[in-house]
Amino acid sequence: MRLIAEKLSGERGGQPVFADVDFSLGAGDAIAVTGPNGAGKSTLLRVVAGLLPAAGGKVRLEGGGDAFPTIASAAHYLGHLNAMKPTLTVAENLDFWRDFSGDADIAVGEALETVGLGAIGHLPFGYLSSGQKRRTAIARLLVSRRPLWLLDEPTAALDAESARQFSALMENHRAGGGMILAATHLPLGINGAEELRMGEAA
Amino acid sequence: MRALFLRELRLATRAGGGALTGVLFFLAVVATMPFALGPDLNLLARIGPAVLWIGALLASLLGLDRLFQADREDGSLDVLVLTADRHMLGLTVLIKCLAHWTASVLPLVIAAPVLGLVLNMEAVAIGATTLTLLVGTPAIAFVGAVGAAVAVGLPRGGVLVSVLVLPLAIPVLIFGVSASYAAVNEPDPFLPPFLILAALTMFLAVIGPAAAALALRYSAD
Repeated sequence: MRLIAEKLSGERGGQPVFADVDFSLGAGDAIAVTGPNGAGKSTLLRVVAGLLPAAGGKVRLEGGGDAFPTIASAAHYLGHLNAMKPTLTVAENLDFWRDFSGDADIAVGEALETVGLGAIGHLPFGYLSSGQKRRTAIARLLVSRRPLWLLDEPTAALDAESARQFSALMENHRAGGGMILAATHLPLGINGAEELRMGEAA
Repeated sequence: MRALFLRELRLATRAGGGALTGVLFFLAVVATMPFALGPDLNLLARIGPAVLWIGALLASLLGLDRLFQADREDGSLDVLVLTADRHMLGLTVLIKCLAHWTASVLPLVIAAPVLGLVLNMEAVAIGATTLTLLVGTPAIAFVGAVGAAVAVGLPRGGVLVSVLVLPLAIPVLIFGVSASYAAVNEPDPFLPPFLILAALTMFLAVIGPAAAALALRYSAD
């Protein structure tokens, strides 16, 4: 499976943010999208996910087969927001996404253990600290299986220890043939990740 | 899909969910009506079905603006939209509408007979109005989803949703009220307006979610 972008351009409100971005992401690869604020990292991820139309060029998924006909169907999108409801408990939130997303992977309890939140699954999501919220959102990546992870500042609120844990999770995902496209300011701590610098040509 | 329905119900009934807002508003509107109109029991009985319908219509518009906005604010909407290959987005919208209806509008329908007594309505009229509300109010939720989807990106979209939705909900109101009246006023037939009301609901159950899904698809930014 391969994610290919050719001369991809994106805009926000009619204003071009980035232009002519090319990359190719194969099974087991990771790309860290870096660049200053406003360089278009988040926009790039949203264009790739299909949440925003591309202003030019195209991005496609090759070899997805019947299981993953589109990029969206093959991708987990983890945006700035955590996509969790504050009034539901952590476990209820994850149970819902596990059920709804399909291709269920590890159980919710196990995913919470993996991100170090095993003891607080019964708490309403709204009670959590921002780092814990982020870890819950990361647990969502684990409860259903997707080959492509589109991550927007995944480690922004995490402490050093959790960031290391997350690096291990990403390594694990790549070892299983997964692909990662992550926009980030911070080093992701994964080996052999390519870097896609944005905002320099513009 | 069942998971989505259950999640929506849970959200509506937990703190801040607003399931009770609609029914309280409905109670307030209908219960103040006799004070405003005076103790003319015949008048109250005559306008009862219309009062119940207007109350239910306005009450079920409350909270519609949050249908997608809440999901947008916490990022869930992006994920719901991206899951469109597995669950058709229109179907997701339909389920959300049904859950909204069950949590916020069904209580109004259940409260309607009690308020019918307050308005001195006959038993037949109460029964007919409750039945028409049961059949007709889902249509308002389906139309409302379109307004909610169009206004999802606007911070104070509530008023806009009402303005967008009200004209589209008028046919539902007309046939709902006329069926309720036909049940008590001989020789008007009950069945034709009632069946048109049912047809409206079924028609909007298809058109509304499909249109709302389209609007959501292009609302992302």
